[in-house]
Formats: sequence, C-alpha cells, structure tokens
Amino acid sequence: MIRRLLIAILALSLLSGIAFAAEMPQYTLTIKDHKFQPTQLTVPADTQFKVRVDNQDSTPSEFESSDFNREKIVLPGSQITVFIGPLAKGKYKFFDDFHQDTGQGVLIVQ
Amino acid sequence: MLGVALLVFREVLEAALIVSIVAAATRGVARRGVYISGGIAIGVLGAIVVALCAGAIAEAVNGAGQELFNACVLFAAVAMIAWHVIWMSSHARELVQHMQAVGGAVKAGSSSLTMLFAVVALAVLREGSEIVLFLYGMAAGGAGIAGLVGGIPLGIVCGVAVGFALYFGLLRIPLRYFFTATNWMLVLLAAGLASTAARFLVQADWLPALGTQIWNSDWLLTNGSVIGQALHILIGYDAHPSGIQMLFWAAVVVALVIGMALTKRKPPRRSDVAQSRVQGEPHAAA
Repeated sequence: MIRRLLIAILALSLLSGIAFAAEMPQYTLTIKDHKFQPTQLTVPADTQFKVRVDNQDSTPSEFESSDFNREKIVLPGSQITVFIGPLAKGKYKFFDDFHQDTGQGVLIVQ
Repeated sequence: MLGVALLVFREVLEAALIVSIVAAATRGVARRGVYISGGIAIGVLGAIVVALCAGAIAEAVNGAGQELFNACVLFAAVAMIAWHVIWMSSHARELVQHMQAVGGAVKAGSSSLTMLFAVVALAVLREGSEIVLFLYGMAAGGAGIAGLVGGIPLGIVCGVAVGFALYFGLLRIPLRYFFTATNWMLVLLAAGLASTAARFLVQADWLPALGTQIWNSDWLLTNGSVIGQALHILIGYDAHPSGIQMLFWAAVVVALVIGMALTKRKPPRRSDVAQSRVQGEPHAAA
C-alpha cells in the first residue's frame, strides 16, 4: 500500500512538475578553473527555480550547499540541473565540494 | 594534503558509522568479520564501478539519474534494515539467551542478519564513489602525489577510528539491553536514510518539498559541521529539513515501531526459560 501511495505521490509531483516547468526561472553557473562564474546569483524569494551548472574544467566537481541542502556531481565538460527552493529571503552559500578552497559562491534571495 | 584528508575523512566517516552500527547489531553472529569485510570489499568495487559509470548515471532519466540512483540505493538500505529490525524484535531474546548459555556464536545463514551486510556494501558504495571521483579529479588536475599519498590514508584512518570508537562504545551496553539499543539505532539510521532519499527526490523535482525549510537550527549545529554530519547519519539530523523529509523520517519510524510491536513474541513462560537453561540450547534460532 505504501508503494502505491508513493507511486501516486510521484505521479502527482511529476504532473505538477510538468505544469510548472515552463514558468520556472532558470539560472546558469559556470565552473571554470575551479571557480564559479558568477560567484553571486540573485534569485526571487518564495519561488522554486532551477540552477544549471556547466562544468568547463577537465576535472569533476560537486555542486553542494549545506545552506539549501543540495549536492550533485558535475562531470568534466558536462552540465547538471538542480531544483532549488522556494527559499526565504537571505544569503545562502554554495560551494564546489571537490575544490573548496576556490569554488565558493552565494545565492542572494530577495 | 589536508583538503584531501578532510574530504576522504567526511565520506569515510559516514560509511564507518553505518558499518559500526551493523557490526554491533550483528554481535554474536559466527564469522561476521568475514561478512563485514566482504561487504566493505564489494562496496569498494561497487564504488569504482559507479564512478566509472558516473557519466551514464548522470545523463539517465533526463538528467535526474544521480538523484534517482542515490534515492534507490538509500531506499534499498532502508528496506533491508527494516527487514532486519522487524526480524530481530522476535529473535533478540533467543540470541541473547544463546550467547549467555553457550557463549558462542549463532550461524548467520538462516537469519536475516546477512541482510545487514548488504547494507554495509551499499553504504561503502555510495560514499566511496564520491571519493573515487574526487581523487580522480585531484590526480587529473595535477595535484601533488605527496598530497594524495598523505591525505588519503590520513582521512581513512581518522574516519575508521571514529567508527571503532562508536563500536566499542556500543559494546559497553549491557547484553540485556544490547539488541534493544542497536535495534533503535538501526531504526533511526533507516529513518535518516529515508529522509536523505526524499531530499534527493526533491532536488530532482520528483517529490514536492512540502515546505523547503521547516525550521532552521544552523545556530545550534550546521549540516556542514563534522558533528552535524555524524548526527545526520546516526539519527537523520538536518539543520533545515523540508516537510517531505520529515514525513519520510516519521513514516519509517512509525512503520518500524508498528512492525516490531506486531512481531514481538510474548515473553516465554518461566518453565520454558528454566528448561532451556538446563538444556543450554534455548530455542535454536529458526
């Protein structure tokens, strides 16, 4: 029964995802020389949005944030998409877990 | 070197904590050392395979492959822990009696204990694959060999040391309460893993968050701190969980508590206990 419920939830969320996908704001971060470009993203509060991370280095990175609970590996020369939020106003740090000394950035939610 | 050591330590720590709980929970099982080492070895091999397939995994399911893969591995571990915990609630008494009576070990073969060794393999696989990718990147990026050669063992040794500390700490629990304690630790571990799985599915937009940050306890303990990370594994701590994470956490705890209550055997009558003491071979594990 739990499985059925789960499938139902998955199906519903998938449908709602498709319905909202068109109007969801999207931002792009580029990783080059183990640094984020730009290092600061300004995003709207209380809105779900997508961040696309484009890794132009020849080594893997991991886009991660303890502030907004996300982690995803970005292989060399490839791109990933992460769904974030809705977040309350504030500053949220993110980093490249594999290159923490250089790969740092912040989301400004306002 | 410290950067390498720190990342390796953090990943090893998570797997080591899970392995320690499993090692404690399988106390009294014959040849469990072989099973646990085997689980770790399979996990390491699996980690390398997963790292090699990282590209294919990342591109699968419209780019949601990583999240789905992680969620599946986590849910598999939750299911196996759940099975063991429920089985154990009806067999813990026999196990303790057996250990007290003959001081020996029970055979693992017919029990669900073997299920837990697969949990070891899955934990090592998930954390290990990140280490492999990270180290590949460091090596390919021209990081100094000295840093890698020094950092990797340092990180592993520190992570494993914390695991051993937890294990020997758990062994100090009196035998009467021992499996009750390890069973509860397994329940919280499973609940935390389910919550993490839910987080991955939210990240891929496969599940609604039901509230992105229900609370924020960053002032107390951040997710990024080592203690926060350890508690994340041990009890599912999250400094700012989403609603769906809390739902999954609570659902696993409730399901397991009900499962344990339903399968729990009534205490044996006094005459049974007396008889089994005489025989020294109480209720051979079914």
